[in-house]
Amino acid sequence: MTGIVSYASYVPRYRIKVEDIAAQWGFDATVIKKGLFVQEKSVPAPDQDTITMSVEAARRAVFGGGIDPETIQAVYVGSESHPYAVKPTGTTVAEAIGATPDAHCADFEFACKAGSEAMFVTLNMVEAQQMSYALAIGADTSQGAPGDALEYTASAGAAAFIMGKEQPVAECLETYSHMSDTPDFWRREHEFYPQHAGRFTGEPAYFKHVLNCANFIMKKTGLQASDFGYAVFHQPNGKFPLRAGKKLGFTEDQLKQGLLCPYIGNTYSGSSPLGLAAVLDVAKPGDLILMVSYGSGAGSDGFVWRVTKDIEKMRKKILYTWDQIHGEKFYLDYGQYAKFRGKIRSNAS
Amino acid sequence: MAIPEYWREIKHRYKLEAGKCKSCGYIVFPMRLICPKCQNQDFDSINLSREGTLITYSVIRVASSRFVNQAPFAVGIVELKEGVRILSQITDCNINELKSGMKMQVEFRRIFDDGSSGVINYGYKCVPM
Amino acid sequence: MQQDIAVIGIGLSRWGELWEQSLRDIFVESALHAIKDSGVDHIDSMYVGSMSPGLFNNQEHLAALLADYLGVGSIPSTRVESACASGGLAMKMACLDIMSGTSEIVLAGGVEKMTDVDTDGATLALASAADYAYEVYQGVTFPGLYAMIARMHMDKYGTTEQQLAEVAVKNHLHGSMNSMAQFPQKINVDAVLNSVVIADPLHILDCSPITDGAAAVILCSAEKARQLKLHPQIRISGLGHATDTMALHSREDITALSAVEKAGITALKMSGKKIDDIDLFEVHDCFTIAEICILEALGLFPKGKGGNAAASGKTRFDGPMPVNTSGGLKAKGHPVGATGIAQIVEIVTQLREQAGERQVKNARVGLTQNMGGSGGSCLVHILEAV
Repeated sequence: MTGIVSYASYVPRYRIKVEDIAAQWGFDATVIKKGLFVQEKSVPAPDQDTITMSVEAARRAVFGGGIDPETIQAVYVGSESHPYAVKPTGTTVAEAIGATPDAHCADFEFACKAGSEAMFVTLNMVEAQQMSYALAIGADTSQGAPGDALEYTASAGAAAFIMGKEQPVAECLETYSHMSDTPDFWRREHEFYPQHAGRFTGEPAYFKHVLNCANFIMKKTGLQASDFGYAVFHQPNGKFPLRAGKKLGFTEDQLKQGLLCPYIGNTYSGSSPLGLAAVLDVAKPGDLILMVSYGSGAGSDGFVWRVTKDIEKMRKKILYTWDQIHGEKFYLDYGQYAKFRGKIRSNAS
Repeated sequence: MAIPEYWREIKHRYKLEAGKCKSCGYIVFPMRLICPKCQNQDFDSINLSREGTLITYSVIRVASSRFVNQAPFAVGIVELKEGVRILSQITDCNINELKSGMKMQVEFRRIFDDGSSGVINYGYKCVPM
Repeated sequence: MQQDIAVIGIGLSRWGELWEQSLRDIFVESALHAIKDSGVDHIDSMYVGSMSPGLFNNQEHLAALLADYLGVGSIPSTRVESACASGGLAMKMACLDIMSGTSEIVLAGGVEKMTDVDTDGATLALASAADYAYEVYQGVTFPGLYAMIARMHMDKYGTTEQQLAEVAVKNHLHGSMNSMAQFPQKINVDAVLNSVVIADPLHILDCSPITDGAAAVILCSAEKARQLKLHPQIRISGLGHATDTMALHSREDITALSAVEKAGITALKMSGKKIDDIDLFEVHDCFTIAEICILEALGLFPKGKGGNAAASGKTRFDGPMPVNTSGGLKAKGHPVGATGIAQIVEIVTQLREQAGERQVKNARVGLTQNMGGSGGSCLVHILEAV
């Protein structure tokens, strides 16, 4: 059965606390932390971008799965922060991991669901027997405008999944996509920071698409919330996925393993894929996992995964996502953060 | 930096592709046409391991314009498992706590870019393990 | 040497930030001094060392330009390049020209006009003496490369930052007695250690400066020199030239300057001298650590023991083995292409006993050591008072 044969995550080592951002703009950190349910967020190093994090996550997945990179026939990277407007992210990633030249390559973009799109397409390429292995990556180094609410959450991270048919660690039982034209969050060409429609991003955007997608895929598979070991939803903040999960009947225990946002923020295209990686790190054979992404604009991709016994073989060779989140980290103050993220005007850029 | 100059080094910079002399086993990085040890001209292509040991280091505080945004930053000479040495930046580290002998892993990073509109130059940097 | 060669004239331009003078101006100034000092009425050919007029001044084809502006008509003129050892290489090529019998009286010069670009431009131009694709690409600077040598010397042999600073203190003491020095002020160890850090552990006062300057010497066969009877004769009795791996990280021992060692051995052998026979040294102290490693490579100190050379006073102008009586690159200045020739100028000045306050007593034999890059090339010359 088609599924994930290997996976890995990459979380940058730098962090900034909500307190440091709030203090810069004169806001009350306690209120923000409570409102967004976020403590701190990851920050990419100045020498990191979507390409470098994708390469690291992909290399870990290749190593973890013991897969010959030359047998990977597709490299799809989903991101809203591709380093180039024109020039693929995927070619650099494919070259760095040794997947060139016999591979198909494409960059995906759909706000925060570009990563799950890549997963969706790779799964179907393998399922259609067009390829034996296909690599999907969700990665972002997202930017929130200084002083905007998004600045507390827009963060960086990457997750890579190699899809295949032989000995998957998690089989894909069902997929479903749900979308509509909903302008809740956007960035026009040549603009540096994205804009959003405030509270409109909630009910008619995030919740409508996530809940419809989840309900539909559960109905399609005949599964109830209680049938799942874990559920992972897109995490624009810490609160939305918890509220969506509860509405669908999931308990906090089913949600917390994949809920990374309170500690690393919203990794955009990496968000629900990283959550899935964190769940796979601990899931047992037979566990069912519901994953629903969300991308503004707007749409959700839903997946039902069933963990197999082959998950055990990955365990020794993987860098656990939560270990990366809680491992060695370097805290930045707002000035350092502004320098790292290119927010300071200088003559040296 | 000229684009062809960058492009032709990609295999070295992205994958640490090296040559292992078919005659004496000496490893050259980057690839060369002639083995400096035995003058043989046949090599096997190998990818170097991405782990090594810091041999010596410095912290560049006054950098050239291309790197001024990253300064201060550490550089070091790292001996990879195969005995091959590379010079690279040491990134994601506390620059005041580096010590010779530290274990390093190689990561894929941006090295510099040719301004905000030019090509981004990628390559290897080392990170303390 | 197969044939004795004499240095019959020496000349320096002013050294420093020479805003009003061009590359050609400063070269001509030094060459005129050398020609006047020698008393010759013509030269048959010329060799000029210059590291990077292309990057510093957008000017290549220096050989023809400088012969033109020196007003020496259509003589053969050659520019040579070996990074910071370009001057030393010009000296060697001039000697070979005479030894081959092609030319009788030859000018060997060196020039660098470094302040037509800003500090960043100079840093990048100098960096081209390192492996551009595998050192410079990664962000390392020349101070960074020597800093890594220093770090290793400190880790391996217990050398201290104070000992590095002592080299600068000693060379500035020498520079204070040289009216041609760019930075003739005396400094102390604290001043070095409290100066801004460029690349740990090297402070700015561990580094040689950016300098505009030129140097020239006039050479001829010893026989010709006897005919001219213009000066006490200074004979070149040995020369050595060697190379090492371009990239610092390719060397088995990062602190060992094997090109220096090899060039030194070759030059001593040619001159029939031992290192103990040398009365004074001008060596390539582009950074304080360089002087320490060079003294070890030349065999003046055992490996790892060079750290205390300056602190002990042994390498002072009045010590048993005076090193860099001119002030060295550190205090006198380092117009890279000119340095190798300026070292010859200092040794000749000393052997003629015209060095004034900094005169080394009973100086009969002197050695110059000029180095390119992080030690990728080296030229050594031995000069003797006849």
